[in-house]
Amino acid sequence: MHRLMIVDDSKLIRHKIARQSDQKLFDVVCSAANGEEAVDMLKQFNPDVVTMDLTMPMLDGIECIKQLVEIDDTVKILVISALNDKATGMEALEEGAMGFITKPFNENDLRIALMDMVIED
Amino acid sequence: MMENQLKIFIDGIVNYFHHTNDSSVFVGSPYLINDLDEISSDYTGSIAISGSYEGACHFTAPSALVRHLILSFGETDTSESMISDTVGEVANTLSGNARQKLGKGFNISTPTISKGRPCDTPTRADHSRIYAIPISWKSYKAALGIHLN
Repeated sequence: MHRLMIVDDSKLIRHKIARQSDQKLFDVVCSAANGEEAVDMLKQFNPDVVTMDLTMPMLDGIECIKQLVEIDDTVKILVISALNDKATGMEALEEGAMGFITKPFNENDLRIALMDMVIED
Repeated sequence: MMENQLKIFIDGIVNYFHHTNDSSVFVGSPYLINDLDEISSDYTGSIAISGSYEGACHFTAPSALVRHLILSFGETDTSESMISDTVGEVANTLSGNARQKLGKGFNISTPTISKGRPCDTPTRADHSRIYAIPISWKSYKAALGIHLN
């Protein structure tokens, strides 16, 4: 079972990801509404997989990815963002994200992308 | 604001509602308005745009539409806070998706939510014209207001 942290400033999206992730594979251990909360929760809950929004208050997603990877370079980060340009995707991957899906997304998109995060395990 | 830029947002609206359980959305022809009041509904989510562009994007909808939208995603919490969250998320998604065509210089803010009349945003570029894009989903009417320089 993988320990999943959801990071998104939208409660609707946090609930959606929690509901639609495969519960046989993922245990949602915490949810953060901004990047600062995510950094604190990474230390507290030790998730191995993270879904990450990019446009957030306090600390945005790209900066949050940098900080999470500095703390734990084994954490697997899936970006889920409305920002669907190639440059943003590349930047997120360069900072340490492993995957990217764009909003709006459906349950199948999410499950496949999360599966890709952990398939080598 | 150019016709091809408006089309980016129209395509974004269609794509967004195709991800609900009722994809039959109707997007009307954009038209010019003088003030957001002309289209403002119960709740409005506003995104400020900066960088290579300057302006804002506002998604405005009646609470009944937003409740229905929330339920269509399988969410059961239709509280006022969830309605506010949802209009903000729709505005964020429609604006963010425009970056695929408008590029990384199209910077978007986090959403600001208004109940009733939209707040005066400091982001309206001087003399920029506001385009309203009418949206019909189920039996409800909503709109996207955009001003962009």
